Amino acid sequence: MTGKQQKVSLSGNEAIATAMRQINPDVVAAYPITPSTEVPQYFSAFVANGQVDTDFVTVESEHSAMSATIGASAAGVRAMTATSANGLAYMWEVVYIAASMRLPIVMPVVNRALSGPLNIHCDHSDSMGAKDAGWIQLFSEDNQEVYDNIIQALRIAEHPDVSLPVMVMQDGFVTSHGLADMTILSDEDVKAFVGEKDYTGGLLDVDNPVSMGLMDLQPYYIKHKRQQVQAMENAKKVILDIAKEYEELTGRKYSYFEEYKMEDAEAAILVLNSTAGTAKYVVDLLREQGKKVGLIKLRLFRPFPGQELAQAIKKVKALAVMDRIDTFSTWGGPVFTEVRNACYGQVKDTEIVNYIYGLGGKDTDANDILSVYQDLMKIVETGKVDCYYQYLGIEE
Amino acid sequence: MAKNLKELSQKEGLLASGHRMCAGCGAPVVIKHVLMAAEDPVVVSCATGCLEVSTAIYPYTSWKTPFIHSAFENASATLSGIEAAYENMKKRGLTDKEIKFVAFGGDGGTYDIGLQSLSGAMERGHNMLYVCYDNGAYMNTGIQRSSATPKYADTTTSPAGKVIQGKQQFRKSLTDIMIAHNIPYVAQSVPSNWKDLHNKAAKAFKKGGPAFINTLSICPRGWRTDTEDGMLVTRLAVDTCFWPLYEVEDGVWKLTYKPKEKKPLVEFLKVQGRFKHLFKPGNEALIEELQEEVDRRWEELLIKCGEK
Repeated sequence: MTGKQQKVSLSGNEAIATAMRQINPDVVAAYPITPSTEVPQYFSAFVANGQVDTDFVTVESEHSAMSATIGASAAGVRAMTATSANGLAYMWEVVYIAASMRLPIVMPVVNRALSGPLNIHCDHSDSMGAKDAGWIQLFSEDNQEVYDNIIQALRIAEHPDVSLPVMVMQDGFVTSHGLADMTILSDEDVKAFVGEKDYTGGLLDVDNPVSMGLMDLQPYYIKHKRQQVQAMENAKKVILDIAKEYEELTGRKYSYFEEYKMEDAEAAILVLNSTAGTAKYVVDLLREQGKKVGLIKLRLFRPFPGQELAQAIKKVKALAVMDRIDTFSTWGGPVFTEVRNACYGQVKDTEIVNYIYGLGGKDTDANDILSVYQDLMKIVETGKVDCYYQYLGIEE
Repeated sequence: MAKNLKELSQKEGLLASGHRMCAGCGAPVVIKHVLMAAEDPVVVSCATGCLEVSTAIYPYTSWKTPFIHSAFENASATLSGIEAAYENMKKRGLTDKEIKFVAFGGDGGTYDIGLQSLSGAMERGHNMLYVCYDNGAYMNTGIQRSSATPKYADTTTSPAGKVIQGKQQFRKSLTDIMIAHNIPYVAQSVPSNWKDLHNKAAKAFKKGGPAFINTLSICPRGWRTDTEDGMLVTRLAVDTCFWPLYEVEDGVWKLTYKPKEKKPLVEFLKVQGRFKHLFKPGNEALIEELQEEVDRRWEELLIKCGEK
């Protein structure tokens, strides 16, 4: 651990804004939407007080927020935005374009349920809907992780083997508006970690004019998509390399996912974002009772670390995949289908079940999680599964 | 500012020949003149449409200047990000180059789907010029009506049928909407009057701050005119006062061309197949209605420009 660190108490949104202040991007274009509004709010205060050198573009919509961010990034500078839910849905079209133009944009997404019905609280329908847009997706359990992920995201995005945009998620209100003790790096250390931006080669390089966003017809489109996939493949190594470098600086370890008490676990939950905190608490309680339970907290959803996850899942007899979104396929949520797909042919003796939970911010407390572990332990005991796909915590 | 044609012909065009725009299309003429009017390097942002799909087809490009196309409705927002990046680099001493910024969009990408993005960018005061090549319909997708389509024009989504005689609404006055943004410079021009267009573009680039130029740009396919008649038909639009040439600079209205003799609108209508149905017996009143609207708007404009 080589970095100078400071203990602070910040909300998740403040943590994002702080990371952005320390990154000091050249352009930020953003539009207010609950619960990510505070990010541009805090950031505009940094601009107003001269704490950053950023040009802050107060666009008239999220579609324009992403469009202006694309423009700035294509111009050759560091550009960021932040959004939630309907804001992400509204910028949908250009979210894909940012990825296909291979622009290293970093966008915090403060997870919130998509309308309708209108609901401002947390679920993952927004970012899971964007899972196929070509962005790298990092999920964050708490304020510390969202801060750490933002800083690492910039390096991942700008890595020459990657050159892809990165979305960094945290749970709306649960962590975005909750204060938590955490540790931040010094401004100098962040500056050194993210490094100097290479400003050459963009649209402002008028002596070397480039055309971007061309019509890409039948002979080429599929090749460019294949190149995007290759960049995603490359990102897997880059993500680990940067995590290692970040660990040397901070002492905090990051990977594709975290395994919590998985060594001898027979039953485990796989979950994203803040619910991992609740689940860890329940794991500890059950461990005290001698139950062999564990937890996998997925950090990286795109690219999907299927091979590595299968190796971790292989160790347990029953796994519950938690989805804070439904796909309406009646066949399970997106994390579930990805996980089961990754396990096909790799994992033979593990029953994998799916719980849809916490939609629209419905609280998922320790008792809910406990009930999932109890179901899993029953599966371990009997070898029988009653239901592969169910809703958690609602009366049916 | 007003150069002669000989001088202009020696200037390198930034839109290369060999692009795939139709013969007789007004848009490339607009683009070439606007780009020629810039004395500094120009970064171009382009809305999806005929211009984009005919000039930037991978692995080729007609653009000899930095060019970006992102989507249909966001040429302004995209350019505002580029301009912000430039201002930032300039502020931080990372560039000392003078660069101009221009967005091009058709009427669909400007009057309709791109209106919000355009309005936002203009309100925020970006140093950029937006040029609309208004050909009065979604020509790229096959001549569907837009809010810029003239009343009674026959389009593929407002066809002239047995009961309905083409588009049922008058066109939106986008130029007025842009004037209401209180930006430093708004103008209307045409590719058929190169001097007018050149001067207005040059002024917009020099002036700084947001600027908007609306150009009437003929589409021979959509207007059902002969390819070689494009500029003649455009001139008729001006001489009938269907498309007056004027500018509003810092709030001051000025007519930049006054026809010696205001021609009847019918002269503009009769040369276009999209108005053919108006000349069937029994439809005389429709032409009269169009003439009355042109007269009303022209009178209003004369007053605003201090000509009356």
